[in-house]
Amino acid sequence: MTTMRPPDAAQCYDLNGAAIEHDEEGYLVDVAAWTPELALQIATTECLVMDDERWDVVRALRSYYEIYQVAPPIRVLVKVLAKTLGPAKGNSDYLYRLFPEGPAKQACKIAGLPKPTGCV
Amino acid sequence: MSDTAIAPKIIKKFLYVNRKAPYGTIYALEALEAVLIGAAFDQDVSLAFLDDGVFQLTKGQNARAIGMKTVSPAFGALGDFGVTRLYVEAESLAERGLTRDDLMIITHDFENGTTGEVPSIIVVDRARMSNVMAEHDIVLTF
Repeated sequence: MTTMRPPDAAQCYDLNGAAIEHDEEGYLVDVAAWTPELALQIATTECLVMDDERWDVVRALRSYYEIYQVAPPIRVLVKVLAKTLGPAKGNSDYLYRLFPEGPAKQACKIAGLPKPTGCV
Repeated sequence: MSDTAIAPKIIKKFLYVNRKAPYGTIYALEALEAVLIGAAFDQDVSLAFLDDGVFQLTKGQNARAIGMKTVSPAFGALGDFGVTRLYVEAESLAERGLTRDDLMIITHDFENGTTGEVPSIIVVDRARMSNVMAEHDIVLTF
């Protein structure tokens, strides 16, 4: 949603000069503001390099959110990826290897989604 | 996560009762948030829809013009969260000139391997709805 408050410089990603607002934990305020370039930048702040495997997860999250408007927590993410990408990827060991600080948290952040519901 | 595994897991049967229209108040969205949190914490979660709450499940919702998030798409994700029972009161539908065909089709996967989808919406009459409420440990009304 639009806010009346001008974006605070400390709360924005700088994407080629454009300020993209995020919350105090780095999640985008506006899902629609996401671009693949921004994903690369968020991944860097998470100390992650975006390879094909990570992109698969991020893309799957974006398409899930597009349909259901819900950011899935880890258990749900595993189930959804097992269905869409197969059991080798819908697997929490695999996902923790890609996103060591919490697959749902980190991958949702990189995908421009809100923090997963029920994720503390 | 791993710390909590030591304690014996207590699973309660939660029923989230939705009685308000999807728009005009924040109740529907807040209820949904509470439902997803309950489900994320591995509780046994079901939903009930009565009174104007039945409108939350109607097809073709779009809240863009009023600047609110559309509530309905998230109901399709409930199956992934392990929420498989959405009880709808038949009398509430009838009083509003609605039938089952006016409601979205919401399904969840068959348990244990076998492929296929099962409808999640269960239309029940008022008497059965009160039994459903009695069967749950915790009933939260929105």
